[in-house]
Amino acid sequence: MGRTVAEVIRETTRDHLTNHRGLFLGQCVTAVGWIGGTVPAMSEAEGIVELSLADVTNAGIAVGAALAGRRPIYTVRYQGFMWYNAAPIVNYAAKSKDVWGVPCPVFLRAIAMEGNGIGPVASASQHGLIMRMPGMPVCAPMSPGEWTEAWNWFMRHDDPLYVSEHRRSFAIDYEFHNSIEPEADITLFPISAARLNAVEAAHALRKEGILCNIQHLVWLKPFTVTDDMRHALSQTKLGLVIDSDFEIGGPSRSIAYDLMHQCGAPVFALGLEDRSAGVADALDNPTPTPERIVRVVRELVRSGRTVPAGATIE
Amino acid sequence: MNCELEQRTPAFGLISGVAGTFSKDYTLKLFAQTCFNRFFEFEVKNAYDRGLMKLPIYLSVGQEHIPAAITSVFSDCLIFAQHRAHSVYLSFGGDPRQLIDELLGRPTGCARGMGGSASIHSPQIGMFGHSGLMGDQVPIAVGAALGSAKPVLTVMGDASAEEDYIYGALGFAVTKKLQVLFVCEDNDLSILTRTPVRRSWTLCGLAQGLGLPAVDITDDPWLIAHHVKQFSRQLPAVINIRTCRGLWHAGSGCDGPPEWNRFALIKETMKTLELEQDALAIESETERTVQNLWAEQLRKS
Ligand SMILES: Cc1ncc(C[n+]2csc(CCOP(=O)(O)OP(=O)(O)O)c2C)c(N)n1
Ligand SMILES: [Mg+2]
Repeated sequence: MGRTVAEVIRETTRDHLTNHRGLFLGQCVTAVGWIGGTVPAMSEAEGIVELSLADVTNAGIAVGAALAGRRPIYTVRYQGFMWYNAAPIVNYAAKSKDVWGVPCPVFLRAIAMEGNGIGPVASASQHGLIMRMPGMPVCAPMSPGEWTEAWNWFMRHDDPLYVSEHRRSFAIDYEFHNSIEPEADITLFPISAARLNAVEAAHALRKEGILCNIQHLVWLKPFTVTDDMRHALSQTKLGLVIDSDFEIGGPSRSIAYDLMHQCGAPVFALGLEDRSAGVADALDNPTPTPERIVRVVRELVRSGRTVPAGATIE
Repeated sequence: MNCELEQRTPAFGLISGVAGTFSKDYTLKLFAQTCFNRFFEFEVKNAYDRGLMKLPIYLSVGQEHIPAAITSVFSDCLIFAQHRAHSVYLSFGGDPRQLIDELLGRPTGCARGMGGSASIHSPQIGMFGHSGLMGDQVPIAVGAALGSAKPVLTVMGDASAEEDYIYGALGFAVTKKLQVLFVCEDNDLSILTRTPVRRSWTLCGLAQGLGLPAVDITDDPWLIAHHVKQFSRQLPAVINIRTCRGLWHAGSGCDGPPEWNRFALIKETMKTLELEQDALAIESETERTVQNLWAEQLRKS
């Protein structure tokens, strides 16, 4: 059995702090569950810095530490807190190289969380918030290998990196595989936690005779349409991007647009609904569930080729 | 210590005879840097008025002696200032030619024409550019102090001091005992809105409440140097400096005489120190030097 995502993050962090003068910055790190077991039990002297609850300030502190050459790992425990944290990141870290030629490499771990009655409080993924601004690549790793790939990219480059993590990834100890089937009806392009749900939905759909290609999306920006994506779409002539962020004005629609224009097939988008989540189960607004994906795919496959490209489905 | 907002006089917090505690050489050097900054700004104004610049400019006329005083006693540091920073850049050793080029939008400018007047920087002197978001340099400066073993200077304005993240930055700096000198160039203006219209509290009151050493003083350069020197041994600390912006917030216009003319007052003090003739010589010599520098740089295409 391989290591889990949480173990990989923890050990990579330990190595960064021990051997590379790295810093780890975050709120309420050294207590409770050490952020889902992703933080090594190290001291402040060893580089784990407890920040106060001043979110905007904290992001600025991370930027300053990056300018000082410490390549900080800055952790935002709930991705919804990015609405406070984003300002110093997009206005300084992401611009510094373009404007002044001064690198500002912050590894920003923004952790999405949902369910368990978290409701409207800072839940969901918010990678779209960062994607719309220049200067900062965005990825959403879900497996140990993908997280490591993100880390290696960060260490090889001098840019800040937005890593949209999801709590559901922490226990994952396997890798995902893209699938292309000759007779597939639709190609799914799931992101973050939607990948787990899409895999489940694809199993259920297969039982009904609907076959899905799956092309997992990890790097959201810059987004590259690969040959496999092109090939899969040219076959199914129908695609669906599924995201754990909001749909309207969000990454799912933006990526669907790129795919559609580059592949010439209708590609739809499915993300969080345009409403606040509630605490009660029935009022939550989670990553599209397997059931929701099944419903949407069923509908698309039945009528997809007649639905105008880009139209809202459901 | 008096923390009242309305304490705006050229003698606020002044220590009698403080200028006399510095050496003659020190004072002449301080004055020379002040003159350099001041005449540089006048040249920016000239070029701007002649239509040579197509960008907003933020002149430090009236405040030019503040960074000159700071650098005279606190220089080996990282620097995070904001938009009104020509004099900071020059006082800490930034290349004036690169600043001229930046203001002219040339690729040889200190930010290759990307930053303009408001976002100047110089890796050579450890000065980082400003993003244009008021006050964001302050938490960034605190992070740089956390990440480096160096002392850090951050300069804000009286309006930037109101940004919510300043509180968090001061609080974190004092909690972690970081080597940050927080300077507020308090010209009592956020563009054209006076401080008492915007708030009832003072930065020093806030800082002291958080447990930071802080002083609220007028902009006498020897007084500034005196406090900076003392504070440099007990960082983090805050200095709020009451000063007068001589020209418009942006651009080169003037709304009338300042509340006090510090440059004239500096020369008065130099007279009492029996340095009047030296001051006159430095002033005219520096003016010529700066004018020549500009002329030469403008001739380049
Ligand atoms: C976050 C943010 N809010 C508002 C502004 C608009 N703004 C630009 S300069 C300025 C006033 C700054 O005053 P102060 O900090 O006192 O510096 P001064 O101009 O007096 O030197 C304002 C409000 C801005 N640039 N950034
Ligand atoms: Mg002001």
